[in-house]
Amino acid sequence: MTEQRKTFNHSMVYVFQQALNALQLGSIYALIALGYTMVYGILTMINFAHGDLFMIGAFFCFLIAFYLKLSFVPTLLLSMLGVACLGVIIERLAYKPLRKAPRVSAIITALGVGLFLENFTLALSPYPKHIPPLLENTTWTVGSLSLSSLQIIVIVLSLVLMLILDFIVQRTKAGMAMRAISWDKTIVPLMGVPVNKIISLTFAIGTGLGGAAGMMYALAYPVIDPYMGIMVGWKAFISAVVGGIGNIRGAMIGGFILGAVEIMVAAFFPSTYRDFVAFTLLLILLIVRPYGILGKPQPQKV
Amino acid sequence: MPLLEIFRLTHRFAGLCAVSDFNFSIEPHELVGVIGPNGAGKTTVFNLITGVYKASEGSIKLNDRELVGLTPHQITRSGIARTFQNIRIFKELSVLDNVRIAHYGQIAYTPAEALLHIGRFRAEEKRITNLSLDLLAIFKLDDSANEKAKNLPYGLQRRLEIARALATRPALLLLDEPAAGMNPNEIIQLMEFIRWIRQTFSVTIILIEHQMRLVMGICERLVVLDFGATIAAGLPSEIQKNPKVMEAYLGVEVAS
Repeated sequence: MTEQRKTFNHSMVYVFQQALNALQLGSIYALIALGYTMVYGILTMINFAHGDLFMIGAFFCFLIAFYLKLSFVPTLLLSMLGVACLGVIIERLAYKPLRKAPRVSAIITALGVGLFLENFTLALSPYPKHIPPLLENTTWTVGSLSLSSLQIIVIVLSLVLMLILDFIVQRTKAGMAMRAISWDKTIVPLMGVPVNKIISLTFAIGTGLGGAAGMMYALAYPVIDPYMGIMVGWKAFISAVVGGIGNIRGAMIGGFILGAVEIMVAAFFPSTYRDFVAFTLLLILLIVRPYGILGKPQPQKV
Repeated sequence: MPLLEIFRLTHRFAGLCAVSDFNFSIEPHELVGVIGPNGAGKTTVFNLITGVYKASEGSIKLNDRELVGLTPHQITRSGIARTFQNIRIFKELSVLDNVRIAHYGQIAYTPAEALLHIGRFRAEEKRITNLSLDLLAIFKLDDSANEKAKNLPYGLQRRLEIARALATRPALLLLDEPAAGMNPNEIIQLMEFIRWIRQTFSVTIILIEHQMRLVMGICERLVVLDFGATIAAGLPSEIQKNPKVMEAYLGVEVAS
């Protein structure tokens, strides 16, 4: 009896432990997915450079922590700000001139911007780089459950950022303008809304969240290289599509789903199956529900 | 002094002259109709005034301020609002949000105030919501304030679109075929409604319309466009008898 009880407790702890891991990974995917989904919502364009902006976030974090030796909060804020500025500049220089061009042009440009960011970072110095520990990583052990402070910080911070975003989008005038633009871009200026400013703001917020994710990822796995954004970026993109691209709450849900799936696969199968399962999930979902979990089927305009 | 003055306005689409040498002026509180056959360039004129298209040549002045070269949101803020031939409301947003967003230029708070929940944020959001609800009440749309706009019946969608246009506090209201899809009875109501709007909101109105009954009934002056050029202008009674207009427009209509 006691033996059974012990096994049960043990497996509960295991499940809880894995759930925490899933939340941590999922919140990072969700933060990045938000950037994809916001840009898509407002410009119906997929910013394929977004994964690389996530990498830049980690890279800024390294620069600031290594050279300026700032503490956690200023490093986070500066990294987010830096990536947000970069996002706005990229939109102005690379995407805005193509706003009326066929969508394929914008997508190819985005891929080009991504390659540029990777290779520019690569050219700067040798890799991999190690990020100095910004936080005292304490691990608490409750029974056989181990909790790391870093894990908690990543999860809580991501949730806070998502709540702030949700507030901005649902409750402020800029958010109202974003929602309106996502439904009918041409008439929004006739409401007195400066559309270009709102688009810049969307890019700033979306890429800023990506930058925050980059920093948190870099804290959890403190080795950075210029290509670290590619796979994570794809996963986050899948999350956005799974949730319904263009839908902000969908991106959050999609991120957590993908995080959970990956952790579960790694828990029960060889961990090399992880990406295979993630991409299979995307394929199945695209067949069954092409518009994602929270997305709505959009009638094609003829 | 005229409220709006258009001087030698010309617009070409890849060689096609959609509007040529268009002159027009309107005094405050006037109600002027722009008529003409399909493709005459009427809606293009509206698009030029509101900055959706940038004029190839000519000038458009509102209260003596040049509008050509301004962006659409600057033009809206300087006091021009419009509706569309095919209703263009935000179908997926609530009726209330449709009107709230048109107050955008009047909302005074900074992003920092919004994020920190301090200063003017709450008061301003409340003020705009109340203004919007008042406006919806005037238009008898307040019962459906929280419905998605697409769930409103057609007639109410038109009304919402006009309410939204007025929410930007325009001095000049451009109505693009407001009677489209209405039966004669509804058109009579619409005439009353437009007169009432002009009184209540003291706006100047330019009206594009195909429905002769409406135009002849309420407009003080008419301008007739054909192939992008003005072919006649004057009182409705004069226009009715003008042989050029009969040929270009009324004649066609009688024959068909």
